[in-house]
Amino acid sequence: MKNIDSYSHVRGESIYVDDIPVREDTLFGVVFASKIANGKIISINTTNAEQVDGVFRIITDKDIPGENQIGSIFPDEELFASDKVDFIGQPLGLILAKSEKIARDALETIEVEIEPEIPVVDPRIAADKGLLIHDPRTFEIGDISASWDNCDIIVEGKAESGGQEHLYIETQGAYAFPIENDAIKVISSTQGPTQVQKALARVIGQPMHKVQIDVQRLGGGFGGKEDQATAWGCMAGLATYITKRPVKLIPNRLEDLRMTGKRHPYTSDYKLGLSNDGKILSYEVIFYQNSGAAADLSPAVLERTLFHANNTYFIPNMKATAYPCRTNLPPNTAFRGFGGPQGMFVIESALAHAADVMQLDRDHLQKINLLDEGDSFHYGQVAVNPTAKRTWEEAETRYNLLGLKNRLQQFNAENVNFKRGLAVMPICFGISFTKTMLNQAGALVHIYMDGSLSIATGAVEMGQGVTTRVAQVPMKLFSLPIELVKIESTNTTRVANTSPSAASATHDLNGRATQIACEKIKSRLITLSITLMGLDETAEIIFDESKVRNSQNDQTITWKELILEAYLRRIDLSAHGLYSVPKINFDTTIEKGSPFAYYSYGTAFIEITLDCIRGTYVVDHVKVVHDFGKSMNNIIDLGQMEGGIVQGIGWMTSEDLVYDDSGKLQSNALSTYKIPDIYAAPKEIHTHFLENAENEFGLFKSKAIGEPPLLYGLGVYFAIRNAVKAFNPKSKIGFMAPITPEKVLLNLYDGLTLRSAKRMDNSIKIPTN
Amino acid sequence: MSAHELFILNNEIITDEMLSSDEITYSSLLLDFVRYNKRLPGTKIGCREGDCGACTVLVGDLVNDQLDYQQIVSCLTPIGNIIGKHVVTIEGINREQLTPIQREIINEGGTQCGACTPGFVVSLTGYALNNDVVGPEQIIGSMDGNICRCTGYKSLEKAAISILPMLDSINKTDTLRIQGLVENEFIPDYFLEIKDRLINLNRNLSRKTELHKSSNILIGGGTDLYVQRAEWLTRQSADFLELKESSSFINHENGKVVIGAGITSTQLMESKVLTDIFPNIYKHFKLFGSTLIRNIATLGGNIVNGSPIADMVIFFLALNPTINLQAQQEKRSLNLRDFFLDYKTLDLKEDEIVSSIDFSLPPDNGCFNFEKVSKRTYLDIASVNSAFYVDFDATNTITTAGLTAGGVAPVPKYLTIGSEYLIGKQINNQTLLNLLDIVDQEISPISDVRGSAEYKRLLLRQLIIAHFITLFENSVHIEELIA
Repeated sequence: MKNIDSYSHVRGESIYVDDIPVREDTLFGVVFASKIANGKIISINTTNAEQVDGVFRIITDKDIPGENQIGSIFPDEELFASDKVDFIGQPLGLILAKSEKIARDALETIEVEIEPEIPVVDPRIAADKGLLIHDPRTFEIGDISASWDNCDIIVEGKAESGGQEHLYIETQGAYAFPIENDAIKVISSTQGPTQVQKALARVIGQPMHKVQIDVQRLGGGFGGKEDQATAWGCMAGLATYITKRPVKLIPNRLEDLRMTGKRHPYTSDYKLGLSNDGKILSYEVIFYQNSGAAADLSPAVLERTLFHANNTYFIPNMKATAYPCRTNLPPNTAFRGFGGPQGMFVIESALAHAADVMQLDRDHLQKINLLDEGDSFHYGQVAVNPTAKRTWEEAETRYNLLGLKNRLQQFNAENVNFKRGLAVMPICFGISFTKTMLNQAGALVHIYMDGSLSIATGAVEMGQGVTTRVAQVPMKLFSLPIELVKIESTNTTRVANTSPSAASATHDLNGRATQIACEKIKSRLITLSITLMGLDETAEIIFDESKVRNSQNDQTITWKELILEAYLRRIDLSAHGLYSVPKINFDTTIEKGSPFAYYSYGTAFIEITLDCIRGTYVVDHVKVVHDFGKSMNNIIDLGQMEGGIVQGIGWMTSEDLVYDDSGKLQSNALSTYKIPDIYAAPKEIHTHFLENAENEFGLFKSKAIGEPPLLYGLGVYFAIRNAVKAFNPKSKIGFMAPITPEKVLLNLYDGLTLRSAKRMDNSIKIPTN
Repeated sequence: MSAHELFILNNEIITDEMLSSDEITYSSLLLDFVRYNKRLPGTKIGCREGDCGACTVLVGDLVNDQLDYQQIVSCLTPIGNIIGKHVVTIEGINREQLTPIQREIINEGGTQCGACTPGFVVSLTGYALNNDVVGPEQIIGSMDGNICRCTGYKSLEKAAISILPMLDSINKTDTLRIQGLVENEFIPDYFLEIKDRLINLNRNLSRKTELHKSSNILIGGGTDLYVQRAEWLTRQSADFLELKESSSFINHENGKVVIGAGITSTQLMESKVLTDIFPNIYKHFKLFGSTLIRNIATLGGNIVNGSPIADMVIFFLALNPTINLQAQQEKRSLNLRDFFLDYKTLDLKEDEIVSSIDFSLPPDNGCFNFEKVSKRTYLDIASVNSAFYVDFDATNTITTAGLTAGGVAPVPKYLTIGSEYLIGKQINNQTLLNLLDIVDQEISPISDVRGSAEYKRLLLRQLIIAHFITLFENSVHIEELIA
């Protein structure tokens, strides 16, 4: 089934926040923000700005009727900075004017005096100074200190991965309207409507029922609108609460880039011990997460880094420690993978390091350490029906790994100016919110008397196709055509207490909730059908192509007749369903438990060609065998797969997020921050859906797909690294993503000099580790 | 005063009265006009710097009596540049039924969050309207300025390729082509009358003025000015190169090539005259911006912007051209390499504009190569770019040489010493090694977001090696140069 939004998408008729017709009395907001990364606020002078013709009002922390606080996990983030600034782009206040242009004119006239202090942007320095969001956490299994003696090979080193800007095409934004009795409706571009509702209620000092959040869809989220959308919704809602006027607040791209948090950069130390035959015996890793200036979702991201520190390998002795380092950058946040990719990059780097030392291909080490049935993760959960080995073996045969390697070796032997590199990337990703409480979802299903359905859930559509999957639920249960099913916008008055659309779990959770609600109505309809057909109570009623029939005498009643009859007999045609994921648990006091409903597995081969003269590369192909469970929707699953891979490749290659020492974003525009374009995508992506992979824990036996494919992108780093080493075996190329053309070229010629121009090469500094 | 018809937006005539009642001037941006004044929200705002294509629209213009459509970014296009033309947004493409392009994008799952989708539909429709080469490479190339952050490129490629057979069967000449596209449901039938309506509209519109500066600000394509200073510019009274007489031409006579400043990148790369001289110009210009930018970015704009990394400047500078300047009364010419005085400082007087550049070529045209490396290969600004022009006598001795480099000095750099060194030399490893050593002393790169100084120094070395390998494949070998 095609994405149900696609018709309006291709016609440009889908509505995003900025497309909503503007009410005449609307005020337009522009945020004024700190230009200093760390310092005390001495004074803010808005007098001149207030005089600008068309400026209605300026709001700062002093105007907040409730609490100046929007932090979700910890209350450590003010809506408007009150006496201290902690990052460049931190909101100090909001200008409200009758047009955005006027508000921007006024922006120039605001004088802010801040007494600057030296900012901290490096997470290791922050850790040294004890600047942490919370205490470090350690997950441990086996006896790590005793285990080193048993290792034949031990490698130690450092691995770094950079941040990543979400770059949703639709920027953050909110449009707030006053409703009578001091209530507010906010149309928000958020992945977490309840989050915005809760925070705004707190800011205006009113109960949550005074705040209604509505989300039609997002023009991309990727995690960037999970917590980071809250501030924009709150600022617009607060302004409406104060002015009693509609307020539209949409940052332009440069503001969005500067003010919002991104994927966490990590710098990590690893120590990996193996036996001579390549079995991993011990792994110790310390992660320094660059959390930014406030907690945001950093504690949860950090937790997932620890969960995925072993990727898809069984490691008997392991100790993983993580420091959430408070720095003077915008609060870093969720991004597809949620800390998992950062954790996996380190173990994959350590394995590459070990393979170098052992002079064999990394995939040999990867393969023999894959998780098996009954293996325990370092936090205690036991692998049940892991498809790590199955996907690997299927990929190995289907795509002929040996043949790929032979062809590559031959190419590299015959070519000097170009080298090819291959990497295998097996993945494992746990599905569930690691915060157990969030693993719940509600759905409200109405069947109107004409037989058409209206479904509301807590799921936010952001391109992942969740509304399509939710629509498939009643279609399947009642055997109805899509024309009878409508998915409503996500609205906190229809479905309350929603978990954010995140953790790849949205369609599992909300689809199951919809299923539960539909089943309730279905059982009423079955009872009614039995009555109408005059059958005994045990008769089987089958829903079949907009009809019900019974298996005994083939009597049928059409769907529309049945529904009308139910209405006439005053049978409830509405139902609410709540799904909560069973069995999952995690005890943070001992850092043990089974936090995931199930895991997603797969294996990819990534091959690249490196231009060794210019230091540039192209991704030739990515070949994947992935466990989708029993796919509910191949087209949507494939879109998530291909999109995730390319986004992961972007993170590993051209997406170079750069802050300078003053905490200022250098890659501050699309001209300097480069996400993949159509030519940066691999020339070919082959995806094979693993067969016979029904998942008893997923919606209709499917598996979640949102985040896992991004992890395959990690492989490109190692493929490029292999090609660099093929050209220059002396290269000391380490593990420092993204592997930009700059790093590639400097490493290609590391230790090589021009025959007649040695002077020049001596001046070149090579970044290794 | 009666209203003057200025341009057509989809199926609607836009007059000067309509603009002034909306407080829209020639300096205002087309994107804001279509979204906020005309309430056509299908054209999305992504970045406002021409780097994402969410705001793609088509502009149809009469060129030699043919109606020619091109896709452009509306976020950098001032109203002044669309006078006398037909602007088409996604709403102007929609028919009652889906077009084949829209249908195939749906079938292939080529839309996820949807925010970039209208831009892709418009770009592909632009390809259907204006292409003269039907092939996978060209149709995929037509999307090179559109960014999809859900990164559904593979399904978009599949969608594009699946419409090729339909396009193949449609006639190439403009009137019949538009008719064919209407019949095949690619575009609505109002397109059939656009050509006549534009002819009519232009008859009553004296849009071309003389080639000199009448305001403080002269805008070419706007692709750099509107990135840097949009908010300021939209409030200024500006002058438009597009509204000037004959500034987009290419002449090649008696060994001399003259190129008008108003010519666009697309016109340059598709020019038959230039393709004869630079057989790989299409491939090289593909590295400059994107289709959406190349369709509007001008040579003159690239020159006066003064960027040390200006692609077109680095390209032509290797031929050591003359730049021709025009004031209201006087004309002046100087060597292009002397035009750039210091970082963003030009030898250009207040009332002068760049009218053209010209260069001479020997009868056999010589050898030419261009190299550019950036973080992302396409639609990115160079870390370093370089062009190399060289010619030989009968004994394979170099008679003429021009080597340029961008990103390694405050100005687009003509490497004078290196170029002169080559005269009288043969192509071999030693010549190259000596050249590299000389060039290394001629440059002064700085570290910035496009790369460290060390990297730029190494990269230029490599790009010069690349020039030699590309042009004289068997004469130099990397493994003999390094140890």
